[in-house]
Amino acid sequence: MRVALFVACFNDALFPGTGRAVTGLLERLGHEVVFPPGQGCCGQMHWTTGYHREAADLARGFAAAFEGREVVVTPSASCAATVREAFPRIARAARDPAIARAAEDLAVYELSEFLVDVLGVTDVGAYFPHRVTYHPTCHSTRGLRVGDRPLRLLRAVRGLELVELPAAGECCGFGGTFALKNADVSVAMVADKVRHVRGTSADVVCSVDNSCLTHIGGALSRLRSGVRVMHLAEILAETGPG
Amino acid sequence: MTPSGPAGRAPGAGDGPVPPPMPKFATAARDALADTRLRRGLRSATEAGRARQAGAAAELDDWEALREAGRAIKDAALLGLDVHLEELERAVTEAGGTVHWAAGAAEARRVVTGLVRATGETGVLKVKPAAAREIGLDAALAAVGVTTHETDLAEVIAGLGAVPDGPDAHPDPARIRELFLRGLPGAPPDLTDDPADLVAAVRADLRERFLTAGVAVCGVDFMVAETGTMVLLESEGNGRMCLTLPGTLIAVAGIETVVPSWTDLEVFLQLLPRSSAGERMTPAVSTWTGITPGDGPRAFHLVLLDNGRTKALADEIGRAALRCIGCSACLNVCPVYERTGGVPYGPVHQGPIGAALTPQLRGVKSAHHASLPFASTLCGACADVCPVKIDIPEILVHLRGRVVESRRHRPVPSPELLMMRGAAWTLGDRRRYETALRRGTRWARLLSRGGRIRRLPGLLGTWSDARDLPAPPAESFRFWWAGRPSRARGGRP
Repeated sequence: MRVALFVACFNDALFPGTGRAVTGLLERLGHEVVFPPGQGCCGQMHWTTGYHREAADLARGFAAAFEGREVVVTPSASCAATVREAFPRIARAARDPAIARAAEDLAVYELSEFLVDVLGVTDVGAYFPHRVTYHPTCHSTRGLRVGDRPLRLLRAVRGLELVELPAAGECCGFGGTFALKNADVSVAMVADKVRHVRGTSADVVCSVDNSCLTHIGGALSRLRSGVRVMHLAEILAETGPG
Repeated sequence: MTPSGPAGRAPGAGDGPVPPPMPKFATAARDALADTRLRRGLRSATEAGRARQAGAAAELDDWEALREAGRAIKDAALLGLDVHLEELERAVTEAGGTVHWAAGAAEARRVVTGLVRATGETGVLKVKPAAAREIGLDAALAAVGVTTHETDLAEVIAGLGAVPDGPDAHPDPARIRELFLRGLPGAPPDLTDDPADLVAAVRADLRERFLTAGVAVCGVDFMVAETGTMVLLESEGNGRMCLTLPGTLIAVAGIETVVPSWTDLEVFLQLLPRSSAGERMTPAVSTWTGITPGDGPRAFHLVLLDNGRTKALADEIGRAALRCIGCSACLNVCPVYERTGGVPYGPVHQGPIGAALTPQLRGVKSAHHASLPFASTLCGACADVCPVKIDIPEILVHLRGRVVESRRHRPVPSPELLMMRGAAWTLGDRRRYETALRRGTRWARLLSRGGRIRRLPGLLGTWSDARDLPAPPAESFRFWWAGRPSRARGGRP
């Protein structure tokens, strides 16, 4: 299958390893990955912060970059949710139905949805011998409703010890610009998330949104906890010896 | 429409002292975050509330159908609000009640203050005080020498607090005992912090008040238009005392509480108790229609309060917030509320629904009101639990847009506006984006040490106060992609 990768601007700059992992993983599974070079930002940050005109401009740019692509895969649940859920709303606010039509014409999948629902695989042949806990991000669970797809993928990884995260469904406190505008509340939330993570004695926190992982990881790093954060794609891309 | 009546225009009544302006949410939240006792109380109360709600909802096979019915009934009722309210007025009047229409808080204060003064009473009992609080009734009555007394246990405790914690502060028994010894009339000096003992002390005080009170002011949960019936749900039974013992009963009700018929009520009498306290049925459900000779109050007044509601109703996205039936399920699941409590949201509507409703009712001019739509991570837990399916995050994003637009054309643009415009300009064009990516990466790497950035400049500084940021790798994804052998770049393997 020919797959257009929507890497997400945030990953492009800060987490290129995630994009490389998606590319490697999908190619390993025998699919062709293309990267439409005109892609930039889907407009999520502007939309959720109230800059709706700017969000409409960015959404138009996204639509133009991916026009004619049949299958779009992204390693960002919140960006997938933006295209699927927010684009119709952005279109309504901007009175520009073309934005909503563009979202309808595109099949945008978050990586775990694509692997499990479209490709029908849960065992991608990965090997990752570490203790891992999984944080289900808000956009992936309450937005996209990916359910346990990421967990099914993780359970099939050889060598991986999956430990349950207490109060997993609670938001980490990132919330985009919320983390800046309401920094104290945001930190109070991530403090509890970090407490739960450390309680699991996991070496790695995994999730399907690098934005949330930047938040959780940023707090873990400040505490010099030694716990790493990794996107699901990076774990699935790992293969064992032989 | 009935005019406010002769007592409704008492000179000088209705305008209490003006309270100082509320600070922004983030500022107001700091005190709450630092209050260990409050944090503990909120954590255990919201955790218990979540578990109770989830259990009560899971008991019913048709919970999702009930939610959908609740949503549909409320939407239809709101769209036909004018018709239902006039039907309600006719029915209440026929049953011997008097209906007053109040467009704003000041008008409602004048009406209620006038009605209370006409009774000659100097004390007023209150139950379900949200609407009374919304119009600032306590201060207005105090200004004309009338004292008010809460009758709901949580409100009694909050009223005795030295700091205005509000009813959701969840103080522990030891703190309640302190408050009672200091401020509750007739509290025995050997009062213990055993909850039964504490409740008995309040009960003794309240019984006396119920039996001697001449006038009570109440809120309502629902109004049934077809029969003019008021519906009030409460768990203590004190409300029923307020509704039946005083000679004059004054209900202050938001106009959005009207439902067309009794069959509609069937849905809400299941949704509300299960969503609020996780109960199958609220212990005390009181309904009354006008007055009944020889039984209960001799005079009943209904003050129908708009106070911004029709303005909210005119907003296609924002109007969904008016479906709210006041269950507080969204408060219990909100990770922000769990840490801040209700005070930073302002005195009337708290939690996620307050953030979605207050800016619509009061506008977004003040810094406090403008900050409310941003007091959420948009995590969506509230929308998932709401019994009338209010998509609170959608409303909050909509209101954020309103806040930004209201400030876009100020003479001096805010740093945030400049930054967001600059970001959109950069991200919206491939060449600019790629240039920024190269330069930004270089600058960010200069800020970093050992692979992480520990201090960020300007508006980003609040991030790095408590969190690191990974240094961006030298090569962004797109430059890595561009450097791949062309066979691997889109060519078939």
